[in-house]
Amino acid sequence: MRAQFVLSEIGVGLRRNLTMTFAVIVSVALSLALFGGSLLMRDQVETMKGYWYDKVNVAIFFCNKGDAETDPKCTKGAVTTDQKDAIHADLKDMPSVESVIHESSDEAYKHYKEQFGDSPLVNSLTPDQMQESFRIKLKDPEKYQLIKSAFDGRDGVQAVEDQRKTVDNLFELLNGMNYAALAVMALMLIVAMMLIVNTVRVSAFSRRRETGIMRLVGASSFYIQMPFIMEAAFAGLLGAGVACVMLVVGRYFLIDHGLALADKLQLIQFVGWDQLIAKLPLVLAIGLLMPALAAFFALRKYLKV
Amino acid sequence: MIRFDNVSKTYPKQTRPALRDVSLEIEKGEFVFLVGSSGSGKSTFLRLLLREERASHGQVHVLGKDLARLSNWKVPHMRRQLGTVFQDFRLLPNKTVGENVAFALEVIGKPRGTIRKTVPEVLDLVGLGGKEDRMPGELSGGEQQRVAIARAFVNRPMLLIADEPTGNLDPQTSVGIMKLLDRINRTGTTVVMATHDQQIVDQMRKRVIELEKGRLVRDQSRGVYGYQH
Repeated sequence: MRAQFVLSEIGVGLRRNLTMTFAVIVSVALSLALFGGSLLMRDQVETMKGYWYDKVNVAIFFCNKGDAETDPKCTKGAVTTDQKDAIHADLKDMPSVESVIHESSDEAYKHYKEQFGDSPLVNSLTPDQMQESFRIKLKDPEKYQLIKSAFDGRDGVQAVEDQRKTVDNLFELLNGMNYAALAVMALMLIVAMMLIVNTVRVSAFSRRRETGIMRLVGASSFYIQMPFIMEAAFAGLLGAGVACVMLVVGRYFLIDHGLALADKLQLIQFVGWDQLIAKLPLVLAIGLLMPALAAFFALRKYLKV
Repeated sequence: MIRFDNVSKTYPKQTRPALRDVSLEIEKGEFVFLVGSSGSGKSTFLRLLLREERASHGQVHVLGKDLARLSNWKVPHMRRQLGTVFQDFRLLPNKTVGENVAFALEVIGKPRGTIRKTVPEVLDLVGLGGKEDRMPGELSGGEQQRVAIARAFVNRPMLLIADEPTGNLDPQTSVGIMKLLDRINRTGTTVVMATHDQQIVDQMRKRVIELEKGRLVRDQSRGVYGYQH
């Protein structure tokens, strides 16, 4: 197959259907931008869940040296080994507790750093400022109150926290947004595919003379269909390229500059550039393959070979 | 070269078959006229040869291949050994004469060097030497048909199928086209030509196959167009 011949055919085809090509590019771009956005949103939720979210239900935080002065619950000073042992033994005796993990302040520091990376907040912390804790997995996550009533207020205990309650509302919101984005994406993708099918139909009709002759002189169906499929793939790739630009620009203005969420919400570790860039090849591949497939199936209907 | 064994063809949603129990054989190197009134089944006959359609019953053999058993992806390769010419020429109006002929070679992936060499040769053969760069619209009907024949013949096909190639041409021009087809036939290419042109058939005295309402009603060597109706 001669590349130059095929390329010139693609150029002619795309220019002939300029408005339709433009519509394809825009709809592919929007749907893939939403797709990439929802992928990033999922990453964002994962990042925010942190180390313990999926592993445990309840955390018992112990007083450390620093808390003794600031927290009224910790006036008796930092937790002692005896207190911890007693609580551990009590937890072991409770039938609704499945397992207990001890997180030392060093480990807490490590996990915190993994979640929040190099933010200025982390850099100002030292390991001994972190709280020791018991992380408890319950057989029934709803029984959280049982733990709270048993241990809240005991000597050396600063707080008993239901891990999920604190962040679930936010996650539900993010998940909801994610589903909405996916739904709009699916709709846009369907629109894009229908546009492509129509473009191919128009294209095949306006070139029926050429394709008829190709058929007569024995051009293979691959050769006859290739320009149409490449046209769709090329338009799709352009759309995917636009989607990538939208994602990059979107992150830039939402997080780094413009809205500058990274400055305003320092507690949240946002998805990084590396995660964003990791999504782009997938977006480009889908932008290339989906339209090509749509064109291929449209051709089976509109182009007799 | 071509063999029909009890071939019938009924198009979907139609009760009357377009071809009914046709059996015949055409040898290599023959020149055959296919005659009959409109709707007699000539076009269906040619479409079966090109495997644009498949027979409903019976077997069609072309170039030694049973077309019913030929898988779809092999059809293009079969068609490369056939040349086809139509009443309406079917040239690409936005390409020059040379490009039109070259197109047939390009789309089957022939190397550029071969194309550059063979296109002028075949244009010389059909009497259009030096008109490579003209557009089809600038040519007369007879010349356009010569371009179409050049395109059909550029692959040196074993079989040339012509569907009323002189249908749009005046008698004098038609004679020129027939001389060209005769010359191509003499190089060993089998020619099957559907026509309504009584004068030509009577002059050429070649084998005549007549179809009527889908049936083979006459197969006559050195025949004439028809009995007086």
